[in-house]
Amino acid sequence: MTCRTLSRPGKRDAHAREAAGASQDVDTACQLTRMKLSLSKVVSGCRLGTLTNLGKNGVQTMELPGCLLYTKTGSPPHLTHDTLQAIKGVPAIVQLTLSTLVELHEVLEEYKEGIGKFIGMPESVLYCSLHDPGSPCPPGYNNNKTVSIWGYGGRMEMTASKFMSMQRALQPDWFQCLSDGDTISGETSRKRAKKSVDRSLFFLDECLQLQEKSPELQDSVMVGVIEGGDMLEERLRSARETAKRPVGGFLLDGFQGQAMAKETKLKLMASVTAELPEDKPRLIHGIGKPDEVLECIERGVDMFESSFPYQVTERGCALSFSYDYNPDPEAAVIKQNGIQDAGKNGTEKGINETSKADPEITSFEIFLKEKRYRDDFGPLVHGCTCYCCRNHSRAYVHHLLVTNELLAGVLLMMHNFQHYFSFFHSIRDALRDDRLDQLKKLIFRQAL
Amino acid sequence: MAAPSSRGPALSLRVVAECGLSKARACELRLPHGPVLSPVFMPVGTQGTMKGITARQLEGLGCRICLGNTYHLGMRPGPELIKQANGLHGFMNWQQNLLTDSGGFQMVSLVELSEVTEEGVRFQSPYNGEEILLTPEKSIEIQNTLGSDIMMQLDDVVSSTVTGPRVEEAMYRSIRWLDRCIAANSKPDEQNLFAIIQGGLDPALRTKCLEEMTQRDVPGFAIGGLSGGEAKDHFWRMVTLSTDHLPRGKPRYLMGVGYATDLVVCVALGCDMFDCVFPTRTARFGSALVPWGSLPVKNKQFAKDFRPIDENCDCPTCRRYSRAFLHALVRSETVAMHLLTVHNIAYQLNLMRSIRESIVEQRFPQFVRDFMRTMYGSQERYPPWAVEALASVNITLE
Ligand SMILES: [Zn+2]
Ligand SMILES: [Zn+2]
Repeated sequence: MTCRTLSRPGKRDAHAREAAGASQDVDTACQLTRMKLSLSKVVSGCRLGTLTNLGKNGVQTMELPGCLLYTKTGSPPHLTHDTLQAIKGVPAIVQLTLSTLVELHEVLEEYKEGIGKFIGMPESVLYCSLHDPGSPCPPGYNNNKTVSIWGYGGRMEMTASKFMSMQRALQPDWFQCLSDGDTISGETSRKRAKKSVDRSLFFLDECLQLQEKSPELQDSVMVGVIEGGDMLEERLRSARETAKRPVGGFLLDGFQGQAMAKETKLKLMASVTAELPEDKPRLIHGIGKPDEVLECIERGVDMFESSFPYQVTERGCALSFSYDYNPDPEAAVIKQNGIQDAGKNGTEKGINETSKADPEITSFEIFLKEKRYRDDFGPLVHGCTCYCCRNHSRAYVHHLLVTNELLAGVLLMMHNFQHYFSFFHSIRDALRDDRLDQLKKLIFRQAL
Repeated sequence: MAAPSSRGPALSLRVVAECGLSKARACELRLPHGPVLSPVFMPVGTQGTMKGITARQLEGLGCRICLGNTYHLGMRPGPELIKQANGLHGFMNWQQNLLTDSGGFQMVSLVELSEVTEEGVRFQSPYNGEEILLTPEKSIEIQNTLGSDIMMQLDDVVSSTVTGPRVEEAMYRSIRWLDRCIAANSKPDEQNLFAIIQGGLDPALRTKCLEEMTQRDVPGFAIGGLSGGEAKDHFWRMVTLSTDHLPRGKPRYLMGVGYATDLVVCVALGCDMFDCVFPTRTARFGSALVPWGSLPVKNKQFAKDFRPIDENCDCPTCRRYSRAFLHALVRSETVAMHLLTVHNIAYQLNLMRSIRESIVEQRFPQFVRDFMRTMYGSQERYPPWAVEALASVNITLE
């Protein structure tokens, strides 16, 4: 990846140099844009690789396929720095969502030191997406000049200039460009699909221009957004045009939700990624179920987010699916138990009369409020090394859920994050070992 | 000097230092789950959890003893389940000491339809409507099952604002119930049963209760029936009267007290142990405790305040997060409560640690003067009851 020409070094960069005590390297100002993607393997569409030279000091790396660390208002849900530290395999890149931070615009402008330090994560690589993947926005509010985002105080209209002014206050390492992704609620006309592409390209050009004039954002990488609803030719046009612009990566937007048929989605994804340069990461938001993740990876997607384990946590569930595609014979028995456990979800009569199971519960998780966990002193998942499983039982988490104690969310979030991050680890291992088929079989068997 | 408890090795107390002026003392309590240095504040983990913070975080803050509530735990998940989990320590995976209350106080204060007779407290379960009778024996049986290091006797609780014959009746009944509790304790070598001094705000009744209860062979005493909305003037006089009569060799636990000023004054009056839900509750309402009072970070004035809650606090919250960020989180994220809970518990434990150090180093009176100046600024703002209480133990604030 080449470095964009710079008018002057960014302000934050001076800080980074100061902190690192580094020499006045002329390249320093360009550190972030030196981010490099090295692919070590591509197997039937799946890309195994490493993103290097990430972050303020350009020393962080991220393995692909991977996921981002989900946050709300700049904090991983339920977790403080200490509890987050206890989780293994936390992704190097944190996902911030503009919608949960938009009300801090003025505060951050006054703060001047950027969102990373403000949220107590000065060492993390920060990516800012437009919306919160955990809460879809109502349709029908975008126009040629503005995109609506939903903050805590309601709807807010973002023009390109307002959006970029917000990014200047945030100073993220990466950010999703302003885009019109309002094509996911049911039938989208050809005209609407075309509009989503036109507008998003227009926003991209405007934002790129504004970035040139923003010294604070010289180090930030803009992620271009591929739109086009379910129209193949619009998707292709969006991909080709976006790829011509100096973006650092691509977000495949408009694939979340249930409105588009899965086959259509997957076909479009494959067609889009075929148009994209190999050396830049491809992101997707709002797709997080293990089987769907694997399907996207096969279509050339590299990065996901982790709102799925958050949603699992919010409904009182623990991820329990097995991703051990190469188990030793002894562990296989336990794993089999785990699968059966997961499969029984919601169908049991054992559900406590006072606690209704969320209809969204998937077969990859267990609902711990169910009465049968009341006296189950085993860990959430046998063999799990997370803080919760090492220290607490299903019975304890059940008790915390039944009594509405805050610790339930903390412990479940710790387990669910670690489980999910480990799943991505397993995907990379499987790719490396040429065992993706085994993993896929295992995951799809549990998806039923 | 009281004779050492014959109730086995479950508790011993060593007075490490005593203030030359006041009744303040620094002790080391040896309990089944490790030593506890007093004066000590014990955070309240009602339902087998310290709100949103993990057992490891609580330990990391230096907490060596916390509370569980027998009433809540007896209802959910119930003693049978906790027994299967090897007691409350095992159930919540807490390696340090636990103190459980008798369940009586919650019953009387939380359940509207409760009735006290000589037999015990009768009430209706708010969960299944079932009628339950909590006798002294039953309370101890549950606490024996919970396996707490310190158990509290079932006492007949009367609001501290009630006067008349009911107070006297409750005091005498509490003595009778203490005897039944002592007899019911099946694990005196592992679990310490504390008596609770009652007698309302009547010095004569309190003295009588002290006289009777100190004759019983219990490893520690609690001062009960206070901190229920009575005038502070009455409150401190009852506290100091109690400590005057309590044996030097046993711990004194002042129940339900946790405001910083109250802690400092009551340490001066000779109390060793305290508990209160206030620090964790106020955290959940968006307030942080600071040496000059409290900081309602949820208020708008902190939106652009980039300083930590307290620049001199080295808790995990203050080391990393600003008031402005906490303000932003308070609106929607539970993590704001966790961060404030961590800070507030750290504040309470640090306060007690500083008090203890000053006692050991024989500079407690000066500590009290500094504390009051920081907390209230000028002397006109000192609460008169505190000034008077401190003067009664020779600490003048000029
Ligand atoms: Zn786990
Ligand atoms: Zn602090």
